[in-house]
Amino acid sequence: MNGVHDMGGMHGMGPIALEANEPVFHERWEARTIALTRAVGACGKWNIDAQRHSLERIPPAEYLRMSYYERWLAGLVTLLADSGLVTRGELASGEPVSGAAKAAPPLTVERVAPLFAQGRWFERPVNLPPRFAIGQQVRAKKINPTGHTRLPRYARGNVGVVDRIHGAHVFPDSNAHFRGENPGHLYSVRFSARELWGEAASARDAVYLDLWEDYLEPV
Amino acid sequence: MDHDHQELPSDPALRVMALESLLVEKGLVDPAALDALIDTYEHKIGPRNGARVVARAWVDPDYKARLLSDGTAAVAELGYVNRDREHLVVVENTPERHNLVVCTLCSCYPWAVLGLPPNWYKSFPYRSRAVIDPRGVLREFGLDIDEHVEIRVWDSTSEMRYLVLPERPPGSEDLTEEQLAGLVTRDAMIGAAKVSLAGGSR
Repeated sequence: MNGVHDMGGMHGMGPIALEANEPVFHERWEARTIALTRAVGACGKWNIDAQRHSLERIPPAEYLRMSYYERWLAGLVTLLADSGLVTRGELASGEPVSGAAKAAPPLTVERVAPLFAQGRWFERPVNLPPRFAIGQQVRAKKINPTGHTRLPRYARGNVGVVDRIHGAHVFPDSNAHFRGENPGHLYSVRFSARELWGEAASARDAVYLDLWEDYLEPV
Repeated sequence: MDHDHQELPSDPALRVMALESLLVEKGLVDPAALDALIDTYEHKIGPRNGARVVARAWVDPDYKARLLSDGTAAVAELGYVNRDREHLVVVENTPERHNLVVCTLCSCYPWAVLGLPPNWYKSFPYRSRAVIDPRGVLREFGLDIDEHVEIRVWDSTSEMRYLVLPERPPGSEDLTEEQLAGLVTRDAMIGAAKVSLAGGSR
């Protein structure tokens, strides 16, 4: 979706605020928010792409007003309601509805270390070979999907060169909407800064994006 | 669009507390597991892991070659770093090339080797500007990249994660691997700083 989250190339956001010796969390509620998201996420009711999409669905003005962890909190509430793990009535009252079904056993302390050790893996075996080769010119399609996508607006319509092939990975555009993993070949594509931003950009510089085969067409 | 943030108290600290209590009552969350997750984020993952990878690459050319060809496997070799396995690509800074990592769409970041990202990495100014004005962005970090040096910006649009292998600082020839790791800053592994003998606070 063409949301405000897709902000590559925007102007007017101001200077970058730097902080020396920054703590991992600035407030305890931030730590609780990420821990809650990961703990409930372990129930398997949604995936990483659905979680990202829950952030993108925050209305633009609020997205820009909120801090990073406020967005995570808003996203978690959306995921809980969408998945049916928590009803809107329960979210409003803060009290469980009597008779509401209890969930599967929650994430326990013993399962936390294995959860990290197992990591997150998105490469999948596929039968078809990659359509594009390293060194080949490709164009990022000019598409405007209303759902989740990982093709940023600033790359659409531009021509780049395949720099490497990462294998076939879970396709976010379908996975975010629970329409299957639909794995596709994933390419690192090099776009010259001038292709993306025009003649004022440095002739030497480039931006690399990881783009699924579905996002690309031959030149 | 469904959006429920106003159904809980407006102060985020109170809202999280209310939500946690609801989720515990519903049997969806074990508070002890939350503590263990937070302990992992605060103490078990972090940029020290990435710094060890960088220092090993500086002292061991074979390891460096493996790291640049398959970052995921090379990081897994150093067992103590393998706390949150992820697809990793390592890109090398040289006198002719400077790499900078960003995620314009959200804030994807190599948690396994760097821990959770700093606020600046998640900020709108960085996410919006890194791809269109990397040289201006780097100047705000105190880095003036020569016009003859190529800048490569890596926008993390997939589950591939990117780690910058910074240049080893001049004058570090006599340092041990451990001492070298102590010089490597988080920002240098994102591409927003160079490594110096003085170390750094970011």
